[in-house]
Amino acid sequence: MLEFIQSLPSPIAKGMIWGIMAIGVYITFKILDLADLTVDGTLGIGGVVLVMLTTSGLNIYLALFVAFIAGCVAGFVTGVLHTKFGIPAILAGILTQLALYSVYLRVADGRANLPISGRNYDLIVTSNTDKLGFTIFVIAIFIVAIIAILYWFFGTELGHSIRATGCNQSMARANGINTDTRKIIGLIISNGIVAISGGLLAQFDGSADINMGRGAIVIGLAAVIIGEVIFSKIFKNFALRLLSAIIGAVIYFIVQSLVLKMGLNANDLKLFSAVVVAIFLGLPYWKSKIAPKKVKSNEGGAENA
Amino acid sequence: MLEIQGVYKTFNPGTINEKKALNGIDLKLNEGDFVTVIGGNGAGKSTLLNMITGVYPVDCGTIKVGTEGTDITKFAEHKRAKYFGRVFQDPMTGTAADMEIQENLALALRRGKIRTLVPGIRSKEKKQYKELLKKLDLGLEDRLTSKVGLLSGGQRQAITLLMATLKKPQLLLLDEHTAALDPQTAAKVLSLTEEIVKENNLTTLMITHNMKDAIRYGNRLIMMNDGKIIYDISGEEKKNLKVADLLDLFAKASNGEFANDRMLLS
Repeated sequence: MLEFIQSLPSPIAKGMIWGIMAIGVYITFKILDLADLTVDGTLGIGGVVLVMLTTSGLNIYLALFVAFIAGCVAGFVTGVLHTKFGIPAILAGILTQLALYSVYLRVADGRANLPISGRNYDLIVTSNTDKLGFTIFVIAIFIVAIIAILYWFFGTELGHSIRATGCNQSMARANGINTDTRKIIGLIISNGIVAISGGLLAQFDGSADINMGRGAIVIGLAAVIIGEVIFSKIFKNFALRLLSAIIGAVIYFIVQSLVLKMGLNANDLKLFSAVVVAIFLGLPYWKSKIAPKKVKSNEGGAENA
Repeated sequence: MLEIQGVYKTFNPGTINEKKALNGIDLKLNEGDFVTVIGGNGAGKSTLLNMITGVYPVDCGTIKVGTEGTDITKFAEHKRAKYFGRVFQDPMTGTAADMEIQENLALALRRGKIRTLVPGIRSKEKKQYKELLKKLDLGLEDRLTSKVGLLSGGQRQAITLLMATLKKPQLLLLDEHTAALDPQTAAKVLSLTEEIVKENNLTTLMITHNMKDAIRYGNRLIMMNDGKIIYDISGEEKKNLKVADLLDLFAKASNGEFANDRMLLS
């Protein structure tokens, strides 16, 4: 047990990096009400762009910025496929994700795995045990910055219009909002953030890998849903809701490392992820079936109507 | 204010589901007109509104709006929104349930404006919203930060009405906006509608299934059947109209086949 607690910083750091990815998923899944599968490809693109640029001598922060832009482009492509080609969002995401597989190999000169080592490069984050505390600190700064920017953004006129689009398209259009461009903007931001997560993850894992994003959407959803199930009653504020996705991701990776310690075969991890998400997605449904919610009076609203 | 010329619309042309929804609509609204629209199911009332607001494109014809007669026939829905305030039949359609009352109002205030990165709502507005909500007399003035999804259908329709008129529209379009409400709430929303229309001198097009309401409100009444406008009554003639007269007109128009139970019951 003590050994497990001592090993906790690693899954916490990893969970925080994936939490950034989960924030990207939150934007599409919760705010835009779209299931965007592009992210499976975007995570790897973020990783490979960062590693390629850093190993070819570019400043790592600049490399991370370029990775962010690459993610934004991926989101833009999915957005255009969805809104201008009329392709359902899920399929549009799958198409981009598939295309990104080739893009990854192009960027990586045909190599599936690209190592990057903290010994040769000044990495932003690392899984090196001695530096884990600092890594967690750095990721926390990233998280605070991203949440702060998003909190500001979704409070602006433009941000409001994106939230309205995700909530009610008829209402949005009736109020003069171009719902197509709003979806595209949302997908751009979401995938940009996922690519940042990919760039950090590649450093943490010591390499970018063509499969690093496989099933990422499932982990992102798990984080969002775990966070929501646990914190939705106490966290009402938008910033705290984003934070709950981060905590959800951390919980996910702590549980994962626990089940691995308890002897789960690492090959079964994806199965584990799928089962976790399926259960958490099913929970609210089962709850509504077993105990039908009583209609709450709207704080005296009904009789005022 | 609004000029519709030769508008036709057929859904699913060339299939067994072909439906000629609009069959040559010509309509001119003058500034300050409050027009009520009646007609049986499938007469084309809602389609007419959807054509005006651009939910679907028209097959042919032109739609012009405003004092300058801007041709909006080819404009996308969101682009025409600056001319129109809309209230829908379904109370869920007009508001964003997951957003606060004040956020919904702020969205509506910016109808027709390019949305930028300035704050989505200013403290100055909040005062204005509070006063407007107070006028509704639904106890909403202290619930600016409540999510609209928590409100009743009547409250949501009242807020939608407020949103539709917050930024004065060239034309207020009401699509059976009280049909989904209980009679008491419907009456309240209707009188609120009349109040707001009068106060702002709004040009209004109101679809209704209720003949009494159609007669009681507005200065002009239009009856639709089979995608056409079959009667257009205004002035004294409208004032003296009785429900029985409308039923007669309906019966004539539909060759005696008229048997719309919703109409008869109203």
